[in-house]
Amino acid sequence: MTAEPDFDVVVVGAGIAGCVTAYRLAQAGRSVALVERGAVPGSKNLSGGVLYSRGLEEVFPDLLERAPIERRITRNYLQLLNAESAVGIDYQDRRLAEPVNAVTVLRARFDPWLAEQCEEAGADLLSGVRVDEVLREDGRVVGVRAGEDELRAHVVVAADGVNSFVARGAGLRGREPLHHLALGVKAVVALPEERLRERFHLTGDEGVAYAVVGDCTRGVGGGGFLYTNRASLSVGVVLRLDDLVAKREDSAAVFDHFLAHPFVAPLLEGGEVVEYGSHLVAEGGLAMLGEVVTDGMVVVGDAAGLTINTGLTVRGMDLAVASGVAAASAVGQALDTGDTSRDGLAGYRRELLDSTAGRDLQTYAKAPAFLERERMYHDYGALLGDVLHRVYDHDLTPRRHLLDVARAELRRSPVRVRDLVRDGLAGVRAL
Amino acid sequence: MRTTSIPDRLAANSYVTDEEQPHIRVDQELARRTGCGDRLIAVCPAKVYTREADGTVGVEHAACLECGACFAVADPGVLEWTYPRGGFGIAFREG
Repeated sequence: MTAEPDFDVVVVGAGIAGCVTAYRLAQAGRSVALVERGAVPGSKNLSGGVLYSRGLEEVFPDLLERAPIERRITRNYLQLLNAESAVGIDYQDRRLAEPVNAVTVLRARFDPWLAEQCEEAGADLLSGVRVDEVLREDGRVVGVRAGEDELRAHVVVAADGVNSFVARGAGLRGREPLHHLALGVKAVVALPEERLRERFHLTGDEGVAYAVVGDCTRGVGGGGFLYTNRASLSVGVVLRLDDLVAKREDSAAVFDHFLAHPFVAPLLEGGEVVEYGSHLVAEGGLAMLGEVVTDGMVVVGDAAGLTINTGLTVRGMDLAVASGVAAASAVGQALDTGDTSRDGLAGYRRELLDSTAGRDLQTYAKAPAFLERERMYHDYGALLGDVLHRVYDHDLTPRRHLLDVARAELRRSPVRVRDLVRDGLAGVRAL
Repeated sequence: MRTTSIPDRLAANSYVTDEEQPHIRVDQELARRTGCGDRLIAVCPAKVYTREADGTVGVEHAACLECGACFAVADPGVLEWTYPRGGFGIAFREG
């Protein structure tokens, strides 16, 4: 005889995906337990920091007025970093401010607000509780065990992040191939607000997001980032694990190299490291999205491997929102019909893939493979830097037409014309 | 910015250390046989792992940032790696 469930739904993990799922279900009158292993929601969570916010605004229409966000991103800076030079594309646009498109967040401040909304909607928040395993009966998930306690539910939502032990325990995830994972290493560097605004040419609560490729990772596939918060910077590197291991690089040394780089160090001048953290990043895109439904369970957010990296934009949190919305809808319907089996919950995957985020996952399915091309990380930035050097460096040699300069530099570069063509075509197809 | 050492950076972090139940264990024999110790040492940004004088892999679990990178790159069976018990471990104040 199966024991009566304590809750309709147990959500494991009070990050963005977990909170959105819990909030929507609690709002719909379901009994929801939101289980968080941190003593406080957000205390275990780390993100690069840019949240594309429109999706979350559909869940919380007053998000931007009430939630503790840092800055509205109105400037995107793409930097190709070389040892001796840097080439940047500085894109600033007032249209990114109205309506707001993306914001920076610090999760230890942002997530407690999200969890609070869940509590106000009626969810029971259980903090400081580590889930040890999923409970299964007759092959279906019926709850979770945390220490001595068992929590039983009609549906368990695995929202426990990229390492999801809950999804593994239910047999939905296995050992992830290393090229699907990257290691993010990040520091939060405090900087007085006025100084930060001056340095990054910002007014009011506007902010900038830097995406950096090239000589910031010592040749390891990946890149660097720098985002402005209210009175601090989030700065770090994201390193593809397979390449980090293959190149026998030390992650902390790569991070130090980035911070000390002559084109990065001045941006951090006068700042103080107030926190140092690391986090695994799902990098596989659509290929990493595994089984997200089993009998009595759905998997959301990072736990489902939901991220999109196009090189220009890196998205995870907005996908977490989309999965939470889709999961809450499908779980709600399953509870209505009383069928919380795999078939009863199957609507989740469909809704997820039909959502904007899901369609984006399909659009960018080839992006991860494209970004594995080695040339992206050193040769192109160096080539462009060399061409521009010839343009701007008036060294008393006669000037040549730009096209001749470019041809000459291309000949000196390891990049072949056929590489350019191939990578260009692949880029057009992937991005 | 002043360059800071990793211990300095970690000292700025907030931790609630679980003295009773370390959450990481290394199978030294398997680590030696697979040679994956160097990988653990290189990949961990908090320098949780070190090479001891006797060749074994030392573990300073209190410094762990709980990212899971070591667990992902370790040969199967070398690491027993769980999250710390509820409420213990790193407590991000920024995130």
